[in-house]
Amino acid sequence: MLEVVIFYLSALIAIGGAVLMIAQRNPVASVLYLIVSLAAQAVLYIQLSALFVGALLIIVYAGAILVLFLFVIMLLNLRGEHFEGQDQKVGRITKYVLSGLFFIELVIIVRQLAIPARTDIVSAQTATDFGGVEPVAELLYTKYLFPFELTSVLLLVAVVGAVVMARREKSEKQGGV
Amino acid sequence: MTLTALAITAMIKVIVIISVALLGVAYSTYLERRLLGILQHRIGPIYAGPYGLLQPIADAVKLIFKEDFIPDNVERVTYTLAPVIMFIPALLTFAVIPVGDTITIMGHEIELVISDLNIGILYVFAITSLGVYGIVLAGWSSGSKYSLLGGIRSSAQMISYEIAYGLSIIGVVLLAGTLSLQELVAQQESFFSWYVFRQPVAFILFVVCAVAETNRAPFDLPEAEAELVAGYLTEYSSMKYAMFFMGEYANMLAVSSVATTIFLGGWQGPFLPPVLWFVIKVFLCMCVYIWIRATLPRFRYDQLMNFGWKVLFPLALLNTMVTALIKVL
Repeated sequence: MLEVVIFYLSALIAIGGAVLMIAQRNPVASVLYLIVSLAAQAVLYIQLSALFVGALLIIVYAGAILVLFLFVIMLLNLRGEHFEGQDQKVGRITKYVLSGLFFIELVIIVRQLAIPARTDIVSAQTATDFGGVEPVAELLYTKYLFPFELTSVLLLVAVVGAVVMARREKSEKQGGV
Repeated sequence: MTLTALAITAMIKVIVIISVALLGVAYSTYLERRLLGILQHRIGPIYAGPYGLLQPIADAVKLIFKEDFIPDNVERVTYTLAPVIMFIPALLTFAVIPVGDTITIMGHEIELVISDLNIGILYVFAITSLGVYGIVLAGWSSGSKYSLLGGIRSSAQMISYEIAYGLSIIGVVLLAGTLSLQELVAQQESFFSWYVFRQPVAFILFVVCAVAETNRAPFDLPEAEAELVAGYLTEYSSMKYAMFFMGEYANMLAVSSVATTIFLGGWQGPFLPPVLWFVIKVFLCMCVYIWIRATLPRFRYDQLMNFGWKVLFPLALLNTMVTALIKVL
């Protein structure tokens, strides 16, 4: 009984937070609602006894990435007024088309994945170490080793790219002076 | 044990640990002021009660009765929320810290930890990583340039040091083969099996990063009074101001408890009861914290960033790799 209450409560908070996130004009408030949504999602993972995944969600997203978001927003000192009055006609049409396509894609994926998976819910609940450290590590370092390593290369490229861009800006500035 | 009994013991444990932690927070301020006084050849607070022991209570009463002044151009909701966000994660850390061995009361075996998570260490890092929001939001919502600069400095500093902070623990985790704090303590039964001796580099890294994470001197740039008035604290008054201080001391206590548990054998020790050993070790960690503050001058900001990225981070990586190599061989 309690589990069901917690589930619906955190699911509601997760969805509500996500909706409020995109409904905000103030970028900092958006980030805050995203954090709330992420925290609720972490609760859902923990309910599936996937403690490790839940903890990672908080550490990586709430603890690091969103702090960076806030950092950038603060550095640029963005407030609500920066996000008004840019509603051009072409932009509006592409906006709706893209969102529509994305929504259709989402529906297709959910229809394909979620409904057959429903039969597995029982097995997921009974496996006590589901989403624990060992099972995740085992999958990551055996079955999904290649994509995992590819992701790390991608991240490395991103880091190098960021450094290159930051350096170029600096040298241009020095040249100007 | 029945479910009701379990719920009741859990409730009692939560209440006891939170009360003790809050008392600890209050008296950390007293400890800091007295110890700083002694280290700087002053007396420190001695007039409120015997040895000045009532000073924290006097301070609290004073701060509660101060006017809670809110400047005009603040973002009210975040401004009010920030001190709370700073304070709560620090308290939540204590949920996984084992403070003693299993004890038996009226036939019930009771573990002296609120929840022995099998990913205790990750929980601690997840929760501490949220503390930065308090400072960042305080800086942003105050609508003051000093606060904003303090907030920006703090977020940059915490992101930089969190990496080395997390990596410093990996060495211990590799050796221990577990993420549960209770099991870590169990592994450190004899004095020389403490992880401070088996992972000395990791311990030093952990201490340095912990000082930076809690924004204490010599890494207290977010509130450098010579440059930023009081940093993110500038626009706060009354209990909100006090909340930030409580958050800082609660963070110090939490980090000291984590250091004790991971590196200093937790509640293990001869003769005295385990809980007392735990308290003694945390107390000593707090004293070291204050000693560092009294000894070292503040870093310059670029020094701080260079130190974090070019010294601590590679060192932590190296430590992890060497430990992994030894483990494999």
